[in-house]
Amino acid sequence: MSTPDLLYTEAEDDLRAAVRALLTDRCPAPAVLAQAESDQPYDPAVWRALGAEMGTAGLLVPDKLGGQGATAREVAVVLEELGRAVAPVPYLTSAVLAVTALLGCDTDDEAVARLLRGLAEGRTTGALALPLAGAPGEDTPPATVRIGGDGTLSGEVRGVAGALGAEVLLIPAEGPDGYGLYAAHTTEPGVTVAPLTSLDLTRPLATVTLDGAPTRRVAGADRARAAVRRALLTGAGLLASEQLGVAEWCLTETVRHTGERHQFGRPIGSFQALKHRMAALWLELVSARATARYAADALATDNPDAPVAVAIAQTYCAEVAVHAAEECVQLHGGIGMTWEHPAHLYLKRAKSDEIALGTPGRHRQLLAGLVELPAPTG
Amino acid sequence: MTTARNRTAVDAPELRRRVRALLDAHPPATTDHLDFLRARFDAGLAWVHYPVGLGGLDAPRSLQAVVDAELAAAGAPDNDPRRIGIGLGMAAPTILGFGTDEQRTRLLRPLWTGEEVWCQLFSEPGAGSDLAALGTRAVRDGEAWVVDGQKVWTSSAHLARWAILIARTDPELPKHRGITYFICDMTDPGVEVRPLRQITGEAEFNEVFLTGVRIPDSRRLGEVGEGWRVAQTTLMNERVAIGGGPTPREGGMVGLVAKTWRDRPELRTHDLHQRLLRLWVDAEAARLAGERLRQQLALGQPGPEGSAMKLAFARLNQRLSALEVELLGEEGLAYDDWTLRRPEHVDFTGREAGYRYLRAKGNSIEGGTSEVLLNVIAERVLGLPPEPRTDKDVPWKDLPR
Repeated sequence: MSTPDLLYTEAEDDLRAAVRALLTDRCPAPAVLAQAESDQPYDPAVWRALGAEMGTAGLLVPDKLGGQGATAREVAVVLEELGRAVAPVPYLTSAVLAVTALLGCDTDDEAVARLLRGLAEGRTTGALALPLAGAPGEDTPPATVRIGGDGTLSGEVRGVAGALGAEVLLIPAEGPDGYGLYAAHTTEPGVTVAPLTSLDLTRPLATVTLDGAPTRRVAGADRARAAVRRALLTGAGLLASEQLGVAEWCLTETVRHTGERHQFGRPIGSFQALKHRMAALWLELVSARATARYAADALATDNPDAPVAVAIAQTYCAEVAVHAAEECVQLHGGIGMTWEHPAHLYLKRAKSDEIALGTPGRHRQLLAGLVELPAPTG
Repeated sequence: MTTARNRTAVDAPELRRRVRALLDAHPPATTDHLDFLRARFDAGLAWVHYPVGLGGLDAPRSLQAVVDAELAAAGAPDNDPRRIGIGLGMAAPTILGFGTDEQRTRLLRPLWTGEEVWCQLFSEPGAGSDLAALGTRAVRDGEAWVVDGQKVWTSSAHLARWAILIARTDPELPKHRGITYFICDMTDPGVEVRPLRQITGEAEFNEVFLTGVRIPDSRRLGEVGEGWRVAQTTLMNERVAIGGGPTPREGGMVGLVAKTWRDRPELRTHDLHQRLLRLWVDAEAARLAGERLRQQLALGQPGPEGSAMKLAFARLNQRLSALEVELLGEEGLAYDDWTLRRPEHVDFTGREAGYRYLRAKGNSIEGGTSEVLLNVIAERVLGLPPEPRTDKDVPWKDLPR
């Protein structure tokens, strides 16, 4: 195993600067809050600018399929910035989860290639119809959708992220030929996507209901499970970078606020009781960044250690993001508890991200098997 | 460094040639250990970045690895750097930076060969985190200074020939400005060294009592009243060098606990399992952060992450060693040996779990407490405002104590 590159390349720094400039301009906190209060599941203008015009939607897709031919390392940088802005765009769900699932199918197949091209170019938005809470691992999550005798899809999937506003759903389903991955357009008859009232205002969830929906199989029993597992592993590993971005914003904003806010005749950030908490958070961020970079590099280089790297990054970064967001609210005092201040958007994202793609405890359980630290028997 | 230097054109092939010449003239197999080390020093191959004539060749520091590798391959003896760490890491750079030519010529060669061991007389019972509050007095008496006071946490004092010492020469000035830096002869009859027994039962350190110790003015380092500034050079060199190769997964304390967990299934409980997995992840995260820091340093982009590493290391060592004692259950009730010993080397991962648990308590105190380091991170890295200070501009003699 070669030594992983845990730093950022110059190209990655440039990509970060471009994404940050876009989000600073188009996605400031008041706009995010206004978007969250609207009826739209995401901000279509920001998503178009980011995904289609900047080309980030196709980072993971090879050039010949209309993408940029980049790797998980670059995607991780985009996600750091999206986390920092708590941006309401379906990047993780479309450009990471749906794209990775399709890349696990036969990309020589015309239908698969056409779907990928649409997602890579940002012309269409996709979602993998699985509960966001599902974790990667040896076992593929059980399919709750069935292929009926007439060959149509029926069933329900709850807690799906990115399905609202998506054009294409990728649906794992069990049928007479076993487990398969199917594509369906959300406009087709028999496909319903019903919004849930979600904890995370910037990544709304939905219940996907299929009732005699027409089927187009994109992967059969031979590939579908591996494709879904790879998508969940990639999603979980890269979610760590989003969590890093969330935590970074929370710490930066808390330092700024406590350096300015005066009580007892001095900035509250000069009190050790507060500054030690921020310093401790900074320490967590230093380690979080190293784990997130390792996971991204391991996914990018097909490192056999990737499942371990992802589990470490996900368990570590999930907790750091929640800790940072909770400290942000507390150290902001009263203003941090208001709807007007953006701290709550980050707290809600951090807490939802903690559950998304496997809780920290679930990932530790996976690690126990992967690194041979077995649980007691009996 | 205070003197101008002429950089010689010494590169790696030239160093290899000089190493071969040294080995030819002084074959390690048939040369006395000390004679070899002296010859190595005189050949400028001791620390190649030091000046010519002082054990070096004015070469880039990075080329030292070339010399060390060649000599190790030839089976040459080294100067046992762990035994003389304070001399090499702290006294030498300070002497080089602030010493007179006479001091450098007299002191650096036996320091490097290990003939003369050095210790550090900085901390006092009343001056720990607040080192600048120190109260050991040095009073001028003709061409000498008379020193009285007490120092503490002095490793190697019982072996040392020399000490680097900071003492108060002007109590009328604010605390940082009335300090002067000296070289103290540890054989002076006024120096008394007593072992300081720790919670482990061992005595790694000493208390040093100074009573009427006479130090010639020629053994002063730097100007009178400049001791705090000189000490910064010493303390900057105290930081743990982040070098060498990458640490493997499960290197250090976590590997010991993981081994016990794997070897002793009968000890496992669900509660310990959850806590072990958390600490395993924390240890791996800290290891990756260290690896990332090494990669930054290799590119010449040192970050403030270095201060994070000591804090993470202390916390992990403490929690992991505590977990192992608990995991051992009934066996954790026993301790290997309480005999007062003076260990030559200290290994945080040595001896048994009980020792490791107790020794790890020092990791968050020695070399800067975790609380002070958190202040440093908050103020220097995050830029948070400092606490209001009432002690910086008041004459030392008027400070409450």
